[in-house]
Amino acid sequence: MMASSYKDEDGHITVSGSGAAAGGGGGSLRSKKPENTAFKQQRLPAWQPILTAGTVLPAFFIIGLMFIPIGIGLYVTSNNIKEFEVDYTGVEMSSPCFTCSQNFSWNSTKPCTCSVPFHLDQPYESNVFMYYGLSNFYQNHRRYVKSRDDSQLNGNEESLRKPSKECEPYAKSNNKPIAPCGAIANSMFNDSLELIYIDPNGTKVQIPLTATGIAWWTDKHVKFRNPGAENTNLTVVFQGTTRPVNWRRPVFQLDSDPDNNGFINEDFIVWMRTAALPTFRKLYRIIQRRSNVHPTLPRGNYTLEVVYNYPVRSFEGRKRMILSTISWMGGKNPFLGIAYVSVGSVCFLLGVLLLIIHHKYGNRNNAAEISH
Amino acid sequence: MKFGGDEGRVHSRTIYVGHKSCPPNEAYIPPKFCDNRIVSSKYTVWNFLPKNLFEQFRRIANFYFLIIFLVQVIVDTPTSPVTSGLPLFFVITVTAVKQGYEDWLRHKADREVNEYRVSVLEDGRRIRKMSAKIKVGDIVEVEEDETFPCDLILLQSSRDDGTCFVTTASLDGESNHKTHYTVADLESDLQYLSATIECEQPQPDLYKFVGRMHIYRNSQEPDVRSLGPENLLLKGANLKNTQKICGVAVYTGMETKMALNYQGKSQKRSAVEKSINAFLLVYLFILVSKALVCTTLKYVWQSKHDETWYNEKTQKEKETNQYLKMFTDFLSFMVLFNFIIPVSMYVTVEMQKFLGSFFITWDKDFFDPEIQEGALVNTSDLNEELGQVEYIFTDKTGTLTQNNMEFIECCIDGFQYKHGDGSSELDGFCVTDGPVNKIQQKAGREREELFLRALCLCHTVQVKESTKQRQDQNDQFDQIDQVDGLGLDHGFLDPPQKEMGFIASSPDEIALVKGAMRYGFTFLGLESKNMKILNRNKDVETYELLHVLNFDPVRRRMSVMVRSKTGDILLFCKGADSSIFPQVRQEEVERIRMHVERNATEGYRTLCVAYKHLSAQEYARADADLREARLALQDREEKLMAVYNRVETDMILIGATAVEDQLQDEAAQTMEALQGAGMKVWVLTGDKMETAKSTCYACGLFKKNTELLELTLRTLEDGGRSREERLHDLLLEYHKKAVQDAPPVKLGITRSWSVAGHDYGFIIDGASLSMVLSSSSEPNSRRYKNLFLQICQNCTSVLCCRMAPLQKAQIVKLVKNSKGNPITLSIGDGANDVSMILEAHVGIGIKGKEGRQAVKNSDYAIPKLKHLKKLLLAHGHLYYVRIAHLVQYFFYKNLCFILPQFLYQFFCGYSQQPLYDAAYLTMYNICFTSMPILAYSLLEQHICIEVLLEHSTLYRDIAKNAMLRWKLFLYWTALGIFHGLVFFFGVRFLFSNPALQDNGQVFGNWSYGTIVFTVLVFTVTLKLALDTRHWTWINHFVIWGSLAFYVFFSFFWGGIIWPFLKHQRLYFVFANMLSSVSAWLVIILLILLSLLPEILLVVLRKPRGPHARQKKSSAGDPQSPQSPARPLLTRTFSDESNTVI
Repeated sequence: MMASSYKDEDGHITVSGSGAAAGGGGGSLRSKKPENTAFKQQRLPAWQPILTAGTVLPAFFIIGLMFIPIGIGLYVTSNNIKEFEVDYTGVEMSSPCFTCSQNFSWNSTKPCTCSVPFHLDQPYESNVFMYYGLSNFYQNHRRYVKSRDDSQLNGNEESLRKPSKECEPYAKSNNKPIAPCGAIANSMFNDSLELIYIDPNGTKVQIPLTATGIAWWTDKHVKFRNPGAENTNLTVVFQGTTRPVNWRRPVFQLDSDPDNNGFINEDFIVWMRTAALPTFRKLYRIIQRRSNVHPTLPRGNYTLEVVYNYPVRSFEGRKRMILSTISWMGGKNPFLGIAYVSVGSVCFLLGVLLLIIHHKYGNRNNAAEISH
Repeated sequence: MKFGGDEGRVHSRTIYVGHKSCPPNEAYIPPKFCDNRIVSSKYTVWNFLPKNLFEQFRRIANFYFLIIFLVQVIVDTPTSPVTSGLPLFFVITVTAVKQGYEDWLRHKADREVNEYRVSVLEDGRRIRKMSAKIKVGDIVEVEEDETFPCDLILLQSSRDDGTCFVTTASLDGESNHKTHYTVADLESDLQYLSATIECEQPQPDLYKFVGRMHIYRNSQEPDVRSLGPENLLLKGANLKNTQKICGVAVYTGMETKMALNYQGKSQKRSAVEKSINAFLLVYLFILVSKALVCTTLKYVWQSKHDETWYNEKTQKEKETNQYLKMFTDFLSFMVLFNFIIPVSMYVTVEMQKFLGSFFITWDKDFFDPEIQEGALVNTSDLNEELGQVEYIFTDKTGTLTQNNMEFIECCIDGFQYKHGDGSSELDGFCVTDGPVNKIQQKAGREREELFLRALCLCHTVQVKESTKQRQDQNDQFDQIDQVDGLGLDHGFLDPPQKEMGFIASSPDEIALVKGAMRYGFTFLGLESKNMKILNRNKDVETYELLHVLNFDPVRRRMSVMVRSKTGDILLFCKGADSSIFPQVRQEEVERIRMHVERNATEGYRTLCVAYKHLSAQEYARADADLREARLALQDREEKLMAVYNRVETDMILIGATAVEDQLQDEAAQTMEALQGAGMKVWVLTGDKMETAKSTCYACGLFKKNTELLELTLRTLEDGGRSREERLHDLLLEYHKKAVQDAPPVKLGITRSWSVAGHDYGFIIDGASLSMVLSSSSEPNSRRYKNLFLQICQNCTSVLCCRMAPLQKAQIVKLVKNSKGNPITLSIGDGANDVSMILEAHVGIGIKGKEGRQAVKNSDYAIPKLKHLKKLLLAHGHLYYVRIAHLVQYFFYKNLCFILPQFLYQFFCGYSQQPLYDAAYLTMYNICFTSMPILAYSLLEQHICIEVLLEHSTLYRDIAKNAMLRWKLFLYWTALGIFHGLVFFFGVRFLFSNPALQDNGQVFGNWSYGTIVFTVLVFTVTLKLALDTRHWTWINHFVIWGSLAFYVFFSFFWGGIIWPFLKHQRLYFVFANMLSSVSAWLVIILLILLSLLPEILLVVLRKPRGPHARQKKSSAGDPQSPQSPARPLLTRTFSDESNTVI
């Protein structure tokens, strides 16, 4: 009876019901048929792209044809950007700042000033951006990068009184907490630069410099906050703290403008954004274009008036002042243009090459098939 | 492990049944044995944490990451400990949770077992006790369908013949019923039983037990009974068909055979894993050298750049010792670059293996409707190894053949009796057809009946009662029903007997009994030592069963001694021809030998049947010898064997039987595909050479033009010289033929055999093999081994017959350790294949009829041989490609991740300043780039499954670990270096003027890192996209999802002042980056530039034309399911074998 019932099933149909009855002896048997789903059977519908010369060739041409114009555009844009650089480190004897750099001492109370004359060959039409550049200054050194207390800079009162350990050895001086603490803040660039245009007729005209708008908006308005929320009297707020050892003024005297003083001083914020490479530039001032008639900086003679506070000779650094116009791609940098043109041309050439190979290979293939 | 300690102890233990002193007047000292608590769990609540952590950190990789983590905690390092601590913590926690859960399940199971209530007889009363409280010597009562709580000696059964039935499914997986016997002649009331049992110390072999029972009665000399495995009921087995039994506990708790067998299998490591380790070493070397270079340069640099005023050292730094500082600097660099060896790779590889193996279990092509089961994966560590197999060792019976026995014909006194429709095929000397009862005076009626009685008596088959049938239908009956069905069809049985079923451990015994039934002799069963036969005249004959001389693989025969009604004592013996012929009177042999050999060449399993009359004295002596041998505590096996051999001599040969073992479905196609895939198939069987050879022909392993090189006893004994000399000559001769004269083997993947016009097949038997392997002199033996291996490796197929299980493993080991360490696979279905399954790199078990031991010990189990094709050609191939790509990709992506970090050191004064933010460092491997590769490594089908199955040669493309060779590894490494350089220097040149925004504002170091990182994430992901050949929606989702997630995360991470962070480095960095056109342009440029060579290579690479094209056509029609009623291959197979021989 049992045998015959089994025979009927012809080995196909599941043994109905008896599977459960068998439980006692063969509990370990799993008589479950695998589900026939596309996923479990590895039969999910799939797109199976096959990269062949045929499909890739147009891509090469398209890339080539797109990149070369972009590259040319970039290159032209970069070339149109006017940039002027003055090194005022004062290493050479001839340099006007030589004395200042030689006689530098941290304790001197009298600021050393020097003026560096220079000549602009071309007028600068649009807004001009004034940068200071430092070389051989390792702002990206690890000990330096981490030597800051972001919560102190964010206006946290507790961190103001108790700077983070990361700030060592610039956390405390004379048992008072340093505000702002850390190596970065301590080494803030404090040369002051003034630009004076010398009229063809000899009169000196001071170029007005804007000190705002040089830092990231989010930094100025969110990341950097003065302590003591609405208390505008920064002198009171910073009471009990001391200035960084290398600073000449406390942090609440960085600027007379209350919106640009203390931690939210933009020079300070710019300096706090550590540079990626040991040679870097930082935005110092903006020279706004005044009128449509006159260029922002007419061609002619200028002097750069420097209050020389920042020593770089000890580490063989250099200081530069850079005047630059800006385009949609930023400052002057021919790299992108060149790179785009080269990659574009390589793609194009490869495309041509592949086309030839493909053509020949295809032909040979066909010939072979015919000969068979 | 427990066992080693036992050596020093006494060899046997004494058990007092029911804790009664024996003999009664002696003082009873309760012996100490362990209690019956089963502890399979590894941990307790208290030791879980330390023990688990200890075990996890014993893994070299985990330990390495722990060290890195500790370094980060202790030394002032550039990256926070979180970056490596979090992934490590994650890995450790997941593993711990998994192991903890598994252990909790074990605890639960243990508790269930230990708290299970059992009945124990104490002083005549039944007491319910917790199973854990059972002590050795307790008399335990077990009812039907209950599980034995410990190892018991069966004392009493509710069945009147003193037997009980058990199934041992949970022990060895065999679902058939086994008969166990009570100790003979015991008191019916166990309360008054006073006895001791002396038995061996616990040992794990399930099938071995020796013991002795002393029964004390009224201060006489104690009666002694022998105890064997047939008296022992094992813990874990189930009582069946028997209302209840009583037994005395002999082994309890952790000393039961089940507990002793509870041990993990040895871990097998795959070739891919070895490659990973090699690559890891390379990367470790890169890592250390990078750190060394940086440390050295740091101090060179520092000697030039003194401490600057703007960046003074802290007090602590100034005070530390210079050398200590150098060392901590070195460690810091190690930490900074350690991402090159990512924790996540281990996690991903493990996940890939674990999840990937589900596809094997899920595959409906592996589902066998007959046994209602699909494939089984016992280990997921070896998935990819399935794609690397070079040698396949297969068992014959049950693997190549179905082990579905059918009685085909018999030969009595040299006359052939063939049953059924096949009569027309008979030739020559054979005259008879049709059932015996119809006609023919070929053999005397006497002899016929004697032969049939022999068939009916000489076996260990049990008759299954009809009342019990329904319960057990499912498992036991599939092996008999077909034969049963045949019987029914021919209407030989009376209606009431239709419901009769037989149970036996070996299917050929059933086939023989069924065969006898077909000729009119029906075995009715065994009732209290009396075997009943229904003869042709429908009379019941009764024989008293005196002794069963069990079958064993060495003797290869079994016998029974019976006493007929008339008092004659008869011995019936059946066994392999080679083991019977020497034991019988020679005059009969020749006539029957012809039949046997002819049957064997047709692929039938032949057994010879002999008998012998025993005189009263002879019997008395044999009886005494047997009893004595059975009582021996030591060397019982050997002693029994000697007695058996003494008794089984001088017999009279009556006839031979031929049982057909049908080929498995699609055996030939499977073998052809495997050979096409470049695998060499060796058949290792215990069977006769002729049978095995014809199976080989049928499976297409040997072809018509295959020249067979034979190294068997037969060829060795030719020529009259000593075997040793002959062996030497033959080996040299074959070596010359197969190796030296063969066309030079092409180096590399493809072997010459497919090209060469001449195929060789090699046949060796067990005896010759042992001569080869253990030749008398050591140098010779090594030389022979080498010659043998070389010959074998140059032959298309090798057949090793008459192999003992251990020899099978020996061969596998020999090949495994031969030159080039080829990957081996063993496939088998029986207990005799376990050794070779365990030995080979990959062990496959067939869910066959010979129990489940092979399945239990295998790495993968499949229901049928034909499934091997898909398992290797499709699953194996894909898994290998997937994991190989996974490994290479992981190394690549971490190399180009860390290289910019390394290069950045040259620009930051070797100060260990990280280029990327800590969040990016941590998340890179965990979130941003892990999912696409995982999806790829689970779903990729670079060639679709149908094509893989159709073109078995594709398998050769990946042979010899082709995708993880050093050349490819170098390619990937070079690619990683190229990408790293492009990323870093591309951005470096961009940053020569950091004023990148149209408002003149400048970018700092974190913007630099973020741009590099963005390029990195996109490139690495798109590179994978380029490699993906099989885009399912999951791939799309995961690849584009990862990129989207990266962008989203970056916005999120930089969008908030995180109160718990010390640094707000990334605040709006990403958003500002995106506001810069230059940044966009450079990102696009660098991604494209990095991928350019890759695209170029893809184009230039030889197109996989044919497969790609055929894909479309074959994808449409999934392989038509093979109908189970497919004509069996036997016909072609016998045709072919006829033409060949």
